Amino acid sequence: MSEIKMTVNGKPVGGDVADNMLLVEFIRETLRLTGTHVGCDTSQCGACVVHVDGKAVKSCTMLAAAADGAEVTTIEGVANGDLHPMQKAFNDNHGLQCGFCTPGMIMSGIDMVNRYKAEGKTLDEAAIRHELEGNICRCTGYHNIVKSISQAAGEM
Amino acid sequence: MSQGIGAAVKRKEDKRFTTGKGKYTDDIRMENQAYAAFVRSPHAHARVNSIDTSAAEAMDGVIAILNGAELTGDGIGNIICGWAITSKDGSPMNMGAWSALATEKTRYVGDAVAIVIAETNAQARAAAEAVDIDYEELPVAASLAAALSDGAPQIHENAPGNIVYDWEIGENEATEAALAGAAHITKMDITNNRLSPNPMEPRSAVAIYDDAEDHYTLYTTSQNPHVARLVLSAFYNVAPEHKLRVIAPDVGGGFGSKIYIYPEEIACLWASMKTNRSVKWTSDRTEAFLTDAHGRDHVTKARMGFDQDGRIVGFKVSTKANFGAYMSLFSSAVPTYLYATLLSGTYNIPNIYCEVLGVYTNTVPVDAYRGAGRPEASYLVERMIETAAREMGKDPADLRNINFIREFPHQTPVIMNYDSGDFEGNMRQAMVAADWAGFGARKAESAMRGKLRGIGMSCYIEACGIAPSAAVGSLGAGVGLWESAEVRMNPVGTIEVLTGSHSHGQGHETTFAQVVADRFGVPIDTVQIVHGDTDKVQFGMGTYGSRSGPVGMSAIVKALDKLEVKIRKLAAHLLEASEADIVIEDGQVKVDGTNKVLAWHEVGLAAYTGHNLPEGMEPGLKEGAFYDPLNFTFPMGCFICEVEVDPQTGKTEILKFVASDDFGTIINPMIVDGQVHGGIAQGVGQAMLEEVRYSEDGQQLSASYMDYAMPRADDLPDFDVLHHSTPCTTNPLGMKGCGEAGAIGTPPAVINAITDAIGNNDLSMPATPAKVWAALNSATIAAE
Repeated sequence: MSEIKMTVNGKPVGGDVADNMLLVEFIRETLRLTGTHVGCDTSQCGACVVHVDGKAVKSCTMLAAAADGAEVTTIEGVANGDLHPMQKAFNDNHGLQCGFCTPGMIMSGIDMVNRYKAEGKTLDEAAIRHELEGNICRCTGYHNIVKSISQAAGEM
Repeated sequence: MSQGIGAAVKRKEDKRFTTGKGKYTDDIRMENQAYAAFVRSPHAHARVNSIDTSAAEAMDGVIAILNGAELTGDGIGNIICGWAITSKDGSPMNMGAWSALATEKTRYVGDAVAIVIAETNAQARAAAEAVDIDYEELPVAASLAAALSDGAPQIHENAPGNIVYDWEIGENEATEAALAGAAHITKMDITNNRLSPNPMEPRSAVAIYDDAEDHYTLYTTSQNPHVARLVLSAFYNVAPEHKLRVIAPDVGGGFGSKIYIYPEEIACLWASMKTNRSVKWTSDRTEAFLTDAHGRDHVTKARMGFDQDGRIVGFKVSTKANFGAYMSLFSSAVPTYLYATLLSGTYNIPNIYCEVLGVYTNTVPVDAYRGAGRPEASYLVERMIETAAREMGKDPADLRNINFIREFPHQTPVIMNYDSGDFEGNMRQAMVAADWAGFGARKAESAMRGKLRGIGMSCYIEACGIAPSAAVGSLGAGVGLWESAEVRMNPVGTIEVLTGSHSHGQGHETTFAQVVADRFGVPIDTVQIVHGDTDKVQFGMGTYGSRSGPVGMSAIVKALDKLEVKIRKLAAHLLEASEADIVIEDGQVKVDGTNKVLAWHEVGLAAYTGHNLPEGMEPGLKEGAFYDPLNFTFPMGCFICEVEVDPQTGKTEILKFVASDDFGTIINPMIVDGQVHGGIAQGVGQAMLEEVRYSEDGQQLSASYMDYAMPRADDLPDFDVLHHSTPCTTNPLGMKGCGEAGAIGTPPAVINAITDAIGNNDLSMPATPAKVWAALNSATIAAE
């Protein structure tokens, strides 16, 4: 067991966790923030993407203990009163159907827009499609997800 | 802006999904919840000699370990297939026994043998690993060829030669005679690759037993909770229907794989009673590959004959269909009535004969996956006609055009009666959008860059709106395929629609509300769609086969009809007018040509106070309907795919993809286009990326996302989605259904394009770079 402390969605949290507990288990089962999803066992699908210290991380690929001291943002924490532009863009462009991959898509989308902006690069359609390599959606064929991220990139 | 029929209204349900507030089954936690893990067979075919649970039972947190003998001892019934198919010789299909927990034998890798209940998920999984089973391995038949070979192992004792059934449809002699007189015959051997549906949400169940009431509740990832309750009650004897509530909350995609009632739900319900604990099980992804029903897996030999003018004279098809180890719920119908009945495609074909051999193998059970039988038919027909055009030196569009059905209704030789469509109009629209005429110049430009460009089309048709109950009953279905709806107008004027359809991504909460908005002119925010709970909705057949529009919404229309009659009668009474003069629009009830008006809530209040009702009228505003469709519906369309192949590597890039569909009336074009996008992506997945592979000894080689190639964003282009609608003539809104079309029409368009590029028709799905390279080079070698 390890004692950990971290900030999740702006609130301090902590506790004793098993050394093999994944960050996604800590988020879903201990904190009961169930917007972060698990869609595979091999870090391929991206349904579990959260932000750790401002960077997109697959929370199934990180131990809870390794996030000790970190600042974590989950899908529940991205809206600041109103919907985040990325959340709104997914609604505007029908970027989701069943909604299961959506939290991970939105967290990855926000991260990619932030990175491209910071680096002064253009996030065009080809770049969005390439960046989405680590997020699988089975419903939308990605068509409207690409449009959603593109719209949000113009608004963020 | 209108929120009625035809409006691209943004989805009401999105807020909860985009903010992480969706409520999926795995998000539910009960106070006294324990966790289940399954002990699964590592062997594809083995005798279970003994199960030693002593070490596992001693582990931390273990509550119980239960096996198949105990399950059957408690009277839990075997898993059934709900559609009886009769073989050519009149004999019934050979349904092998399938216990939720295997008793004597296991028949595929993943077959559940025991269920472990423990305090935590990790404890349950650890203990499942420690259950010691003495297996006696048996010879394995993991493919159609192996299962049909001489001396093949017998998978079920009551299925000699591993045959499920040997079925036929159409006229064999007439078809052979037509082929004998044909000027040209195209022969092909076609394989339809085995797929795993892969909704992103893995299956999950939370089973809750209340010993005081002897009552069960099951939260589960289901496309049809009422069918689940019916089958769990009537066949699996878990509990009678009034003692079992099934709730399918937010469900993360289904694509067919969440129609069926699987061993895990049965075992969890039973275990919750045995342990008097709530029991949760959630599949991991590899478990999903090993247990979710697979799709497709056909091997077909076909001959299509043409006269001197290119008119099709006969089509003969012989298909072997892999069922896997057991007959899943609708498995028997997929390669028969959902496949062979579509072999006329969009064409006038006077003579069709098809025989289908259903075969058991030591693999995961195979059942309906998005399209279910219709993708297999469409792939066959559209590859045959394209190949025939190439063989005869005809333009593939012209060959299709002279064979198109143009008069409706059209009775095919294989049961279906098409009601409507404009097949040529759709094809022409797609060809214009794809700049078909300009392809030659683009091909030349690619060639200058050393690339091979190809173009291919498919003019698919499919059957949705499943289905007229009496008709499917006469064909062997164990259930009727109507749908129910109830419309409740509240005293304050808001409306609740209870539907037997289930939304797991299709956007029913928006689309169904639009139908109400269209009728009464009320805002969709005042309409709530209620679904997915057997305690709320009386009954329903659920969502699959693109039936929620043509069948589910038709039921809502019928209930609205009844509600409107009562509202008119009540309003005429209150406004002292004739019923014929009552107009309902913009959420008001008016008397035509006067300034007399009732606000919407005044109608509701009047109905529920009951102070001043017409003589004989009951208080309240609640009406229900059961809608039984008159016919299947027939969505159709033309898809055109343009590709570029790199001859050095065999890698194919899709440059353009046009879909022009006839879905009849469209309620929400934004949502309909989304359905098409997703279907095309799954079709491209089948055509170029996806395949479930087994080793000879029945180990699944593709049981993770490391090995099974799910389409990613950069595998796909932007899609050009168009509509050319003719209303369906057999349901009140004129809807045909749109959920499966993309997956049905896409694979032949993609393969026709790649084979056009490489100049070799002998290419199987998935067309991986290695296969394309090999096909290209064998064509090159043959040409030299």
